[in-house]
Amino acid sequence: MTGETTQRRTRLLVGKVGLDGHDRGAKIVARALRDAGFEVIYTGLHQTPEMVVNTAIQEDVDAVSLSILSGAHMTLLPRVMELLREKGASDIRLIAGGIIPDEDIAELKRMGVLEVFTPGASTKDIVSFVRSAVQPRRG
Amino acid sequence: MSKDSGARRGDSGTVSPGKQRWVEETLQPALRKAAERPGPFTTVSDFPVERLVTAEDIERIDPDGDIGLPGEFPYTRGVHPTMYRGKLWTMRQFSGFGTAAHTNQRYRYLLSQGQTGLSVAFDLPTLMGRDSDDPMALGEVGREGVAIDSLADMEALFEGIPLDRISTSMTINSPAAVLFAMYLAVAEKQGVALETLEGTIQNDILKEYIAQKEWIYPPRPSLRIITDIMAFCAERVPRWNTISISGYHIREAGSTAVQELAFTLADGIGYVQAGIEAGLDVDTFAPRLSFFFNAHNDFFEEIAKLRAARRIWARVMKERFGARDPRSWKLRTHVQTAGCSLTAQQPYNNIVRVTVQALAAVLGGTQSLHTNSMDETLALPSEMAVTIALRTQQILAEESGVASTVDPLGGSYFVEDLTSRMEAAALDYIRRIDGMGGIVSAIEAGFPQREIAEASYHYQLQVDRGEKTIVGVNKHTGAGTGGEQEIPILKIDLAVERDQLDRLDRLRKERDNRAVERSLAALQADAEARSNLMPRILECVKAYATVGEICAAMKRVFGEYREQPVL
Repeated sequence: MTGETTQRRTRLLVGKVGLDGHDRGAKIVARALRDAGFEVIYTGLHQTPEMVVNTAIQEDVDAVSLSILSGAHMTLLPRVMELLREKGASDIRLIAGGIIPDEDIAELKRMGVLEVFTPGASTKDIVSFVRSAVQPRRG
Repeated sequence: MSKDSGARRGDSGTVSPGKQRWVEETLQPALRKAAERPGPFTTVSDFPVERLVTAEDIERIDPDGDIGLPGEFPYTRGVHPTMYRGKLWTMRQFSGFGTAAHTNQRYRYLLSQGQTGLSVAFDLPTLMGRDSDDPMALGEVGREGVAIDSLADMEALFEGIPLDRISTSMTINSPAAVLFAMYLAVAEKQGVALETLEGTIQNDILKEYIAQKEWIYPPRPSLRIITDIMAFCAERVPRWNTISISGYHIREAGSTAVQELAFTLADGIGYVQAGIEAGLDVDTFAPRLSFFFNAHNDFFEEIAKLRAARRIWARVMKERFGARDPRSWKLRTHVQTAGCSLTAQQPYNNIVRVTVQALAAVLGGTQSLHTNSMDETLALPSEMAVTIALRTQQILAEESGVASTVDPLGGSYFVEDLTSRMEAAALDYIRRIDGMGGIVSAIEAGFPQREIAEASYHYQLQVDRGEKTIVGVNKHTGAGTGGEQEIPILKIDLAVERDQLDRLDRLRKERDNRAVERSLAALQADAEARSNLMPRILECVKAYATVGEICAAMKRVFGEYREQPVL
């Protein structure tokens, strides 16, 4: 498994923030990442940015990947970034997926979101991106 | 069944003699000269598709008992004798965004363009029974639908729209009783008699636990609210459809067509059972149950699904529940084209997908139809996109000629055979669910959720491997050939949230808060007792209590649902 490293396997939190119940994509991504050898924690639905960041820190994950299809991404994702910074955990990387227009993607990346996947992204692309871009933070 | 035998085996496991001759004399030589495409030949749901179906293959299907005639039991060919020669399907575009005033403008536009019914899309906080100032509502107010906090918003939503001349469908589930009560209050203020009101509330909580995930209370108290609505409507709002039993979201969550068919009908069986257990006569509420299915890409599978749904439902209602009123046997349905089939890549192609899906819905005999706009994987629809979607229906209805005859595919060997095979597969699921003690127990055990998660992951892997084609995504991507398509996008101004919060703040200051408190306390008491909740909810609404306050009062009695996520 290439998700493994000499130190430990990459740990990922896959989550749904806000009231959006569209969990088809998040569950597929969580399963594909797990099948690719990553350690995956799935939050389930209806998480607040605070809940996500707390779980990410407690579970000591290397990256958080959040799925939003409700249009609330420009409110919720910046809030997650801000909380990660406030709690001294900005080395936990943030990846997003969902219905997110191009101009918002550009702005989210400027804010430090590592990557944004939109409808039609294949699980292969997501897995290979995470493999190359997310490393375990420490041994 | 071996693919290479070239023949289809019927129930007896033998190949019909006529077909055997064709296989030997005509098919095999042809296959030796030119092989077929690689296959496997399956529907988008992985349901096997026969090379050829003949008259002999459908001999097991009784032309009278199984297919019958339109407007007659078991309604395989449609619920009305004249179908679209009598009345075209209702063209009903689901719509809502921003504040009530914004959406009111869109409704007036759609009605002026020839739309014949309204369909309200609420924003997520409203769908979850929360007010716009709830902490969980952050960023969601007015974004995916219209924000409704109180009767004041509902009044603004229908300002200048006479409720006695249109029918309205409201996609609202766990807080359905509250939003429905608001609609009734608006109708009363317009001087419209409740007995004449026409419309639908989705009010299908079971599919929320299965697929759409917008719940408040646990399943059993939720069913009590639903049976209260059924009893209230039977008496006071007799032309209102009290539940729109929905497969749409089940399919969007990634189910197969057969799972959509089976779980939707199993939900329907659950509601009928609940109504009977609440002491209602089946024929008082069953005629007001309606359905809502998805129309996905696989043309014939979708048509067969709708035909099978009508046949199964008619028999379930007559034979299992002993309904005597033919109106209780008829499965009337709304259809929406499949949002999940649309692609962000080359979005104009979505117009074509929607056309094929809409045609399947019409040939499947739907009573009303929503055609998706081409830009729905990118944002809420722009006015241009929604107009093209509506025009698609108008072209099918008024140019294509398909509305001139009843069930033109009835008797097609392939369609009748597929209808029967999907029926059998769905009945198999329904038997398994019955064996678990019914749909509520099956949901509590996570059964439909797991089946759907499996199907959805399986399909995604097929797409990733190129076994299932999505044009513009995994094939014909036009990379580097200037195939990029740009379309205009509707943006919801962030000011909407601020405006709505100001409105709500003013309401809380200006209303009679003592009357609000009294009505909420009375509702809570009735929730603890066993009396029908609808009259109390109506009182709360008229006192301008908010959606969040009314749902919170019931939550104190009923508790909240928590899901065990199934991966």
